[in-house]
Amino acid sequence: MAKPGTLSIVNVSKKYKVSGREFPVLEDISLDIAPGEFVSVVGSSGCGKSTLLRLVMGLDNGYQGEILLDGVKIKGPGLDRGIVFQEHRLFPWLNVEKNIGLALQNSPLSPAARRDAIREHIELVGLVGFEKALPNQLSGGMSQRVAIARALVNRPEILLLDEPFGALDAINRTKLQAELQRIWQVEGITMVLVTHDVEEAVFLGDRIVVMQQRPGRIKRIVPVTKPHPRTRNDFDLLQIRESVVAEFSNVAVETVIA
Amino acid sequence: MSISRPIPIPSTPLIRRAAAFQAALRRPDYRGLYLPAALVVLWSLATYFGWVDTRILVSPLETLKTAWHLLISKMLWVSLGYSLARDASGFLAGSIIGLLLGTLLGTSRLADRLISPTFHAFKQIAVFAWIPLIAVWFGLGEPAKIAFIALVVFPPVLLNTFDGIRSVSRDYIEVARAFEFSTLQQSLRVILPAALPQIFTGLRLGLIYAWLATIGAEYFLKAAPGVGNILIDGREKFLMDQVITGVAVVAAVGYVFHYLTARLEKRLLSWRTRTDVP
Repeated sequence: MAKPGTLSIVNVSKKYKVSGREFPVLEDISLDIAPGEFVSVVGSSGCGKSTLLRLVMGLDNGYQGEILLDGVKIKGPGLDRGIVFQEHRLFPWLNVEKNIGLALQNSPLSPAARRDAIREHIELVGLVGFEKALPNQLSGGMSQRVAIARALVNRPEILLLDEPFGALDAINRTKLQAELQRIWQVEGITMVLVTHDVEEAVFLGDRIVVMQQRPGRIKRIVPVTKPHPRTRNDFDLLQIRESVVAEFSNVAVETVIA
Repeated sequence: MSISRPIPIPSTPLIRRAAAFQAALRRPDYRGLYLPAALVVLWSLATYFGWVDTRILVSPLETLKTAWHLLISKMLWVSLGYSLARDASGFLAGSIIGLLLGTLLGTSRLADRLISPTFHAFKQIAVFAWIPLIAVWFGLGEPAKIAFIALVVFPPVLLNTFDGIRSVSRDYIEVARAFEFSTLQQSLRVILPAALPQIFTGLRLGLIYAWLATIGAEYFLKAAPGVGNILIDGREKFLMDQVITGVAVVAAVGYVFHYLTARLEKRLLSWRTRTDVP
């Protein structure tokens, strides 16, 4: 029996149909993710990395191969997985507290336990005092914190992050990356981060999955053994960053030659 | 994240001017009254100096006298009561049909394909063209008037409900799916609140159209107690002061509807505009 939070992606391929013609998006992706592991998936836009996350979330079932969570095939969305999108996607008519509470709509928790869970998660993302604020009263960084709290409030086994800091300014992005590292250490759950920011991927990930585009394939998996918490300008991390960035410059060269 | 901590603001000429400007924005603006006031002055002058025949344009003072008599008479209020009851019945019927059909078309592609073309053709028909048919089908009494009002009310309600539901972002639906919302939860917790601003716009338009249609129905269908009757009566007896008073009452009711719905909208949908930090 696998431990909670084990994700197995086995020979997954996906094609999109555009006006009768098929375009491969993902080709033969296989990846095993251990409980509590932080995996960064990095690739340029169009490599299918976000599609992969949608498949894991169960938002799209039209693919070949298998995706298993704790040994059980994923058939649709479930509260055992949480997701944060690039846009915060908070409901503008609900305040912070209620936006987080909405995720507990189908939770087995009692009303009192729900209130506790909401309060704990507001604390976790550092938004105490903003419970009654509406989304359009929050900055982009704060909104994304609420989105993280909402994704975690059901205590999922795995958190999926789809370029969560892509729309933030550099200062907020750096801040939230550090926050995410802290949250991951506190919660101890499996996290999969999709990003095109190599620095972000290396700073956070235990492993970096480098993807190649058209069709999306795994090019290389780079382990990052440096223990957490990490500092951004650690020399080993810089070297790994260099080598990952080099992967992409090679791709560019290949494309030009071809 | 020290967002709400106030920072002491230095007093410079520019900042003082900005503050004065903001204070001016908060003060009620009476400039909208200039035009009506000017018209009343012109009206007084025209009747006082005899530029116009005072049988056609009664002087403001005479009109005020008539208005006062009407206001203290039971007749005006009874008429107004009849008109408002008619207005409310027609609005209710029309908006219920509009909400139900709009929801159906907004949620079902099949219903949209089947019904929408007919509806779009239908709404091109000028409402007054329906009066002969309504008169034949519903008679000339109260049901005909209410049917006419409902007929005017339902298209804007339907269109806005449909559009509101259709334009709910796919992103929100995806969030609802990620949290395993049932269809009912999705409808009540996501689609309805997201579509509400536009549904409200439709209802507001419907309410304003309903009042126009009420006067129209009273005017074109068989005479019955109502504000429209004050107008007809005034025209027939050539009492222009009574006609002007009637018009003013119609305008006042319309304005009250406009004002109340605007206030209600601001209260109900405050999440759209509040950007201050609590």
